[in-house]
Amino acid sequence: MMDFVGKKQWFFLISWILVVIGIISLVISQIQLGTPLRLGTDFKGGTSMTLQFSPSVEQSQLREEMAELGYTEATIQNAGEGNFIIHTREITSDEARELAGELGTELDSQVEITDYYFVSGTVAAKTTRNAVIAVIIAAVAMMFYIVWAFRRMPKPFRWGSCAVIAVIHNVFIIVGIFSLLGWLAGVEIDALFITGLLAVVGYSINNTVVVFDRIRENVSRHIRPDFAETVNASLIDTLGRCLNTALTTLFVLLALLLFGGATIHYFVLVLLLGVIIGTYSSVCIAGQLLVVWERREWRALLPFTKRPA
Amino acid sequence: MRSRNVYLLIFILALFGFALWSVVPLDRNVFGREGLRLGLDLAGGSYLVYQADVSDIEPGTEDEVMEGVKGVIERRINALGITESTAQIQKHEGEYNIVIQIPGIADIEKAKEMVGLFTVLEFREQDAEGNWIPATGTVTVNGEEKELVLSSRYFKENTEITLHPTTNQVLLLFEMDETGAQLFKQISTRLLGKPLAIYLGDEPLRGEDGQIIAPTVQAVIEDRGQITGLSLVDAQELSHVLNAGRIDVPLGRWADGEFEPSVPLYERTVDATLGQDSIQKSILAAGIGIVLLLVFMILYYRLPGLVACLSLAVYGAVLLAIFKLVPVTITLPGLAGFIVSLGMAVDANVLIFERMKEELRGGRSLGAAAETGFNRAWTAIRDSNITTFIACLILFWLGGTLGALMVRGFALTLFIGVALSMFTAIVVTRTFLRLIIGSQVVTNLAAYGVPVQTERNAK
Repeated sequence: MMDFVGKKQWFFLISWILVVIGIISLVISQIQLGTPLRLGTDFKGGTSMTLQFSPSVEQSQLREEMAELGYTEATIQNAGEGNFIIHTREITSDEARELAGELGTELDSQVEITDYYFVSGTVAAKTTRNAVIAVIIAAVAMMFYIVWAFRRMPKPFRWGSCAVIAVIHNVFIIVGIFSLLGWLAGVEIDALFITGLLAVVGYSINNTVVVFDRIRENVSRHIRPDFAETVNASLIDTLGRCLNTALTTLFVLLALLLFGGATIHYFVLVLLLGVIIGTYSSVCIAGQLLVVWERREWRALLPFTKRPA
Repeated sequence: MRSRNVYLLIFILALFGFALWSVVPLDRNVFGREGLRLGLDLAGGSYLVYQADVSDIEPGTEDEVMEGVKGVIERRINALGITESTAQIQKHEGEYNIVIQIPGIADIEKAKEMVGLFTVLEFREQDAEGNWIPATGTVTVNGEEKELVLSSRYFKENTEITLHPTTNQVLLLFEMDETGAQLFKQISTRLLGKPLAIYLGDEPLRGEDGQIIAPTVQAVIEDRGQITGLSLVDAQELSHVLNAGRIDVPLGRWADGEFEPSVPLYERTVDATLGQDSIQKSILAAGIGIVLLLVFMILYYRLPGLVACLSLAVYGAVLLAIFKLVPVTITLPGLAGFIVSLGMAVDANVLIFERMKEELRGGRSLGAAAETGFNRAWTAIRDSNITTFIACLILFWLGGTLGALMVRGFALTLFIGVALSMFTAIVVTRTFLRLIIGSQVVTNLAAYGVPVQTERNAK
């Protein structure tokens, strides 16, 4: 029989490594870019637009031309098939059209603005604040629900806390990965990213609750004398379900990532990572946290400590 | 028990039939609905948000005034021939935002101009140095003396354009309200023979020729008058604006404590072809993913997997019907919400089948295993989905301000999807399975994914 609970220190170690990489990345990004995550138009304010060139042009040419026209701070992202996503300072739609016209003449191509997006800085600041509030409120509300749903268990508060810690751990790892992508690959986060994170919160709590539900049932049925063994048996019981559900969702997400449009590319990536990490934390983290709490083996949480006999 | 299942089956088939009837073909008119209502990011269109400067409004009457503003904006934009455009007011922390959605291919610049022109037009006169300064007069309103600027506020909304019977000149006829009549009388007496310019914020209105519109006062004007010397187009535009209804609040945005009129807080314009492209790609991608998912379910779970596929078909058809008939606006994040909910719909089935397999391995009969499987899986399905509902509700609640309509679309589709997935798993899959098991057509356990020959009981 697989021993998921016995190997918990290894799992915690993996999680710590991911979390620490995330923290380092956030710090580096803060030093290099002045912000822990590369913020998109939704959070910073400014203009974001998709220009469609036919025939297509080289990204380097476009960058040079933009700089010559005075848009030195603009970031340009190639979305394929002659489409370029440009983020720049606040410009009105009139100015945007003027810019597109000039680019068209200079680069000898037909240009069309297919997506124009303008956000004032004040809205952006609110969006950032609300995003943080949304994640916190969602976490607290879900914790209360779990505490209530597990009210017949001894110490229901633990179940809620462990589920929420696992979820926050997932969110943090994804934020870390996007921070990394931000300063390595120039990936910006937008409102869709926050939507994706909340979907991940929903999905992973869903997963964890399924595992906890099984532990709850097995505890009531006294299938094993020891709590750790009960948790392990429950993890094995639910393993097939966790993997199959993750797999079926991944089929759809992978297809969307490969064949879907550029606009939702990173959104789908958030969901994809969320499903993988969410499944991992349900199987390898959440239940183990319960065991650690039950046995008060707090040292097991820290990596490189001696395993208690 | 048996007959109850038959009734349920009839109900499910009727529901499925109704759903199919209402969505195939998608653009058929069913209860006045045609096709799916696509969001601006898919169908193309514009989304504009302006802040209202309510600082000049009598405290306590803001809500009422904003309702009026909303109505006027809707009328004006619809008058441009843009149907289905909507205006909404969002009140947030004492600030008033007006959200304007203009679907489809439309002349956004024209629409924006109209929104800009909704703000009050001011009349200005020239001072000794030739600078344009607001034309003011002192009038008595409700027994109080006030110094007011002559503006479009005091025009009745019934201006008319006619041609002079002999000279064929364009005439713009207007009437003033009571305050306006007092004001105009004073000002026109003072400015007889001098020009009056019309300003929007700090910009003068200009005619087609680019010249400032500044008609000369030719007579003392009281409760009615006429403007001459305008081109037909200019006259029509001005008349349009004056008839546009009074809006007592400037629309624009606050930036660093300063109000900038006519600058939107948020603007998004998506070209229809980009949206088309996104839809096609997403549908293709989702299609590939769903086919893989169905194949996997059948290969792994055998007969129950097939049942799950059937119940997912019911799920898909009913969901589309809900989207079409409610109607739910479908946005790109909405599509993503749909996909996540699809994952959860499959999950509910997986939970049940896994439990059922366990029970079968434990040596229970098919019927008992199915029932226990459903009962045992139920608490997991319920608790996990309720936590997702909580996330959806919070998203929807905060979505009004956060990334606005995109987030809401996601939360709404996910909510509907998850709710429906509970129904399909618990009612549809269960009924199908009960009937198949009850009919004893397939009794071979291998069809349920449990090899009979190997003893897996002692795990």
